Amino acid sequence: MTDAVSIRQDILSKKTTAVQVAERFFSRIEAIDPKVRAFLSINKPAALAQAKKVDEKIAAGGKPGLLAGLPVAVKDNICTTDAPTTCASKILETYRPPYDATVVRRLREEDAVIVGKTNLDEFAMGSSTENSAFFTSRNPWNLQCVPGGSSGGSAAAVAAGMAPLALGSDTGGSIRQPAALTGTVGFKPTYGRVSRYGLVAYGSSLDQIGPFGRSVRDAALLAQAISGHDPLDSTSVNQPAPDLTGGLERDASGLRLGIPKEYFGAGLDPEVRASVEAAIAALEKKGAKRVEVSLPMTEFGIAAYYIVAPCEASSNLARYDGVHYGHRSKEYDDVLSLFSKSRKEGFGPEVTRRIILGTFALSSGYYDAYYNRALKVRRRIKQDFDKAFEQCDVIVGPTSPTPAFPVGAKASDPLAMYLCDVYTVSTNLAGLPGVSIPCGLTGSGLPIGLQIQGRVLDDASVLQAARAFERELALSLPWPSLT
Amino acid sequence: MSIDRTTVEKVAKLARLQLSGEELDRYGKQLGAILDYIAKLEKLDVADLEPLAHAVDTDNVFRDDVPRPGLSRDAALQNAPERTGDFFVVPKIIE
Repeated sequence: MTDAVSIRQDILSKKTTAVQVAERFFSRIEAIDPKVRAFLSINKPAALAQAKKVDEKIAAGGKPGLLAGLPVAVKDNICTTDAPTTCASKILETYRPPYDATVVRRLREEDAVIVGKTNLDEFAMGSSTENSAFFTSRNPWNLQCVPGGSSGGSAAAVAAGMAPLALGSDTGGSIRQPAALTGTVGFKPTYGRVSRYGLVAYGSSLDQIGPFGRSVRDAALLAQAISGHDPLDSTSVNQPAPDLTGGLERDASGLRLGIPKEYFGAGLDPEVRASVEAAIAALEKKGAKRVEVSLPMTEFGIAAYYIVAPCEASSNLARYDGVHYGHRSKEYDDVLSLFSKSRKEGFGPEVTRRIILGTFALSSGYYDAYYNRALKVRRRIKQDFDKAFEQCDVIVGPTSPTPAFPVGAKASDPLAMYLCDVYTVSTNLAGLPGVSIPCGLTGSGLPIGLQIQGRVLDDASVLQAARAFERELALSLPWPSLT
Repeated sequence: MSIDRTTVEKVAKLARLQLSGEELDRYGKQLGAILDYIAKLEKLDVADLEPLAHAVDTDNVFRDDVPRPGLSRDAALQNAPERTGDFFVVPKIIE
């Protein structure tokens, strides 16, 4: 009994209680998190109190929420009033938000049990959790390897069975890439589908919160619970949330799978390629139609992203000043040195790098050459997708060019780390929904992820296609070895 | 390409980051390598394109200009590294 949908059913049918479920997951956390290090903080008393409330509600005949009694791990860049929200940064090490993020409010309204806050690359900038100011999380499939990032803690928590569900955030692949590297399902909804209120801002035109689960059905359930319009986020799509769970079992026959040749070029690991190709062939046998499409801008995605995102970050992170909240330097002469020293002491190297890059690209004399040009390329990237979607319903390919890599392998080369995002950044630049599902294991036992991208606001089709692949592949992945 | 120390120093100052000489050189070198990679965007002819700042159409959102409850002063100040009464503390700015 490890999937969220069954756990909820068992709680509702009184086979178990929310308290028992929470206790079981906490035992698992206590037993294995010292190895995996997925969590920055856990809050057992608050979680057990919430679980008890859910049990009492059910006993009293109250209407159970969509997530009744389900433990959920929350990425530590999402604001929670009852737990620290550090963004894995020294600058927010002691920060305690005075309000809940809208997604957290929704979790509470839907009777979820928040078990703890998960590790990430500082301010969600990275692809491995190695940029966390506190520690690196480990991949449950091979503890020498990274779990991906930036939502690596959430991915590792779900992969290792420490929570059936988790929330992450995805600015350039930060849900999908760790999902791929840990053999979990990770879904980035359409930009604006899920409120960003209370998500600590990194790249505001790209950031989106989304779910992790061990199945498409579980991820869809959590996506359903958090989707919908929020007046507190002015970029939130003002439409009712679509039904994401109802049509999941839809047949794949006639589904047009767009296969971009640019996703299968140089740099793609041969085992990843073979596994993704085999999955596509399997769905073709069920009547899905393979359509060759082209996304010629793919090779420019990373370059455009690493202008747009750092520019937005340099502006968003200007708020950390050592005055209102966060780290304040002990030594300063005047207000300028208070700002400059507090920020220097509080930010790690990758965050500093991106602030410098963004400030440079926005500075007088460089704005047109860098920022404006990148936004024009972004337009071209979106046009590429629009054209491809004239011929297909979803776009399918690998999520990440490689499986999980060893801790330290890319840590000293920022650009090599950036290249991990080659298939995922364009999704954010175009605002599309995208999901990663496991499609196999490498010879050395590391998970391989398959990515499905869809049209803006067509989140339901993306999840339906993901479920069709999952059904057809019928992978029964073993539990990760934790060695 | 490496970005020279003066440029990095200027940018770091704009970004309110106090960096050492060694850090200025290191970030300058790394920034140079990243900009070398980003230079591939120059190959594209984008003259006819409008910049795209937001991928999903958004309109400006207004709400009625009426008072509504917000954070209490204590909640707003609860994370202040230094406070005096209802104020954030900063070093003296005006002599």
